[in-house]
Amino acid sequence: MSLKVRDLRVYYRTLAGDVKALDGADFELADGEITGLVGESGSGKSTLGKSLIKLDGRMRYVSGTVELDGAELPVRDSARMNDFRFREVSLIPQYAMSAMNPTRKVGRMIADLLESRGERFRALRPELVRRLELVGLGEQVLGRYPIELSGGMKQRTVMVLSTLLDPSLLIADEVTSALDVSNQRAVAETLAGFRDRGFVKSMIFVTHDVALVNQIADTITVMYAGRLAEKGPAKTVVNSPRHPYTRMLISALPEVGVSHGERRLSGIPGSPPALLDPPAGCRFRDRCPLAFDKCEQEPPFAEVEPDHSVACWKA
Amino acid sequence: MRRYFGRKLFVYALTFFIAMTVNWIIPRFMPGDPVQSRLARASLQSPEASAAMQAYYERLFGLDVPLWQQYLNFWASLARGDLGISIWLFPQPVGDIILGAVPYSLALLLPAILLSWVVGNWFGAYAARNRWLDNTVLPVGYVLTATPYMWLALLLAWGLGIVAGLFPVGGAYSFALTPSATPEFVGSLLQHWFLPFLSLFLVALGGWAIGMRNMIIYELESDYSNYLEALGAPRRLVRRYAFRNAMLPQLTGLALQLGTLVAGSLLTEIVFSYPGLGYLILQAIRNQDFFLLQGAFMFIVVGVLIANFIIDIVYVLVDPRTRIQMQGGAA
Ligand SMILES: Nc1ncnc2c1ncn2[C@@H]1O[C@H](COP(=O)(O)OP(=O)(O)OP(=O)(O)O)[C@@H](O)[C@H]1O
Ligand code: SF4
Ligand SMILES: [Mg+2]
Repeated sequence: MSLKVRDLRVYYRTLAGDVKALDGADFELADGEITGLVGESGSGKSTLGKSLIKLDGRMRYVSGTVELDGAELPVRDSARMNDFRFREVSLIPQYAMSAMNPTRKVGRMIADLLESRGERFRALRPELVRRLELVGLGEQVLGRYPIELSGGMKQRTVMVLSTLLDPSLLIADEVTSALDVSNQRAVAETLAGFRDRGFVKSMIFVTHDVALVNQIADTITVMYAGRLAEKGPAKTVVNSPRHPYTRMLISALPEVGVSHGERRLSGIPGSPPALLDPPAGCRFRDRCPLAFDKCEQEPPFAEVEPDHSVACWKA
Repeated sequence: MRRYFGRKLFVYALTFFIAMTVNWIIPRFMPGDPVQSRLARASLQSPEASAAMQAYYERLFGLDVPLWQQYLNFWASLARGDLGISIWLFPQPVGDIILGAVPYSLALLLPAILLSWVVGNWFGAYAARNRWLDNTVLPVGYVLTATPYMWLALLLAWGLGIVAGLFPVGGAYSFALTPSATPEFVGSLLQHWFLPFLSLFLVALGGWAIGMRNMIIYELESDYSNYLEALGAPRRLVRRYAFRNAMLPQLTGLALQLGTLVAGSLLTEIVFSYPGLGYLILQAIRNQDFFLLQGAFMFIVVGVLIANFIIDIVYVLVDPRTRIQMQGGAA
């Protein structure tokens, strides 16, 4: 197992109280696994992603442990976590277009970053150039300012930079949302290629696009209202989903396997509960056609078959 | 790049021409006639003498020809570097009067602007990373920027000058002394300089500090800072980038301030009767001194234009975004 997450809870501190944006995540990633993390807007996907590398200012760890390659990841201690960032856990942010300092040449920025992490830029430069060429960029991007690169070029540069130190875990948060359909495919396939070449061991690919995930991911993880609803092999989740929410999500797609750009997962009546003070029990209860008495207790996220877990009493 | 600066220079030349024309027009359309008021002061008895004096002055000041010709003559003498003769301090040439006043204005404004900029940015940058300092700098800064300048200047003059008696509140040096290179005279200069300087320094300080603080915080929350932090970059690197980028708007601000250098001290010089350009402008208006007013305004216009030109250059040097857009535009 490359990644092992246990009972991870991360809340947002607000004046009104804690927003339980990630409320008890339990899952594993195998070596080489790419999981597509899907769910409605606000279901906690980004929160989960950030909780594995760096929290935003208002987030707070409540409980949980994270184990990466057999060693505990000190997620709660930001200072100690710094050693692991970039080297062991890395991130391709959603805002790749603006992720680079606009007043510094790309190469200088990368050099500054690497040197500040105690790496030798000179030693890594050949590999950096090789990887840039791999994604169709030339060495000359290093001599340019970000403003001189197109959106796609910036995105690819960030993809290469984030994975330069061969991290074990890569979090790609909605990296394709800002792109057109053909670029979405290309970016997703490039990332899968990074995994195949061993640049990254495992990956969490956050997206709204189930169809896209189905093309590159080995497994699909479905989130609902701050909790994991289902995780299993991509084929299984798409073809025979077990959680009622996943079923509705999949059936809301016009045709799986054909991507029509950004597709909001919204064809389901009702709305998710507020995470400020969520009701006890199954959080999908209000919208679930199968809900029954027992659903007032929280269903465990349990394995229904090998490598396939579901949080539903009816699964 | 050459085309870019060529275009800029043309715009500046055009601006200069228009501004100078306006400077020429405005005094001439102000109510009152400078020659008449001179004569009134001379209080000549006989009408003939009066008429003769009037003709003499009008020829002397070049007011005896039609307006359009006066206008052409104005440009012609300007080209020769001749700004005319002052009416107020007749018969001193305007050029000499202005050159006598400029050092006072510069000595007041340059240190005030530069020091407030340096100190303000320094405080602002520290406030952005230190809560205690932030809680002090911010309110003090807001109070300083919100204080009307007049009020602050009068308060200083009254408090430190009149009540405490620490500093004199008028003039550039003690009237008991004649200008010389003696320590006594220099001491007097400094004493008279301090209060007007302090008022300018204080009033600008808060704005710089708040501006810098807000810019740095904005930069620290920007995407590139977040990305660096997510990749474990030490705080030092993130701060260095933020500081550098936050400096860019501050630099523009500084250049703009320097542009208003000559005009900027008008109020100060009035409050403290400090004999710089601003004080000259006030006197020129009071005495309907066309030529002095024109000359003083010309200094201001030239100052603003030069400062803007400097901003253009500085920006091209420090901000790759401008540089690249410019090259793109010229290509
Ligand atoms: N700064 C914040 N303060 C309070 N609550 C927040 C804050 N940011 C996010 N939340 C809440 O946390 C929950 C999870 O947010 P998160 O960004 O993880 O969702 P997401 O699944 O990534 O959504 P999206 O698909 O829109 O990116 C949301 O319900 C949201 O209301
Ligand atoms: S636990 Fe109950 S409410 Fe929740 S999804 Fe299953 S059936 Fe529906
Ligand atoms: Mg998100």
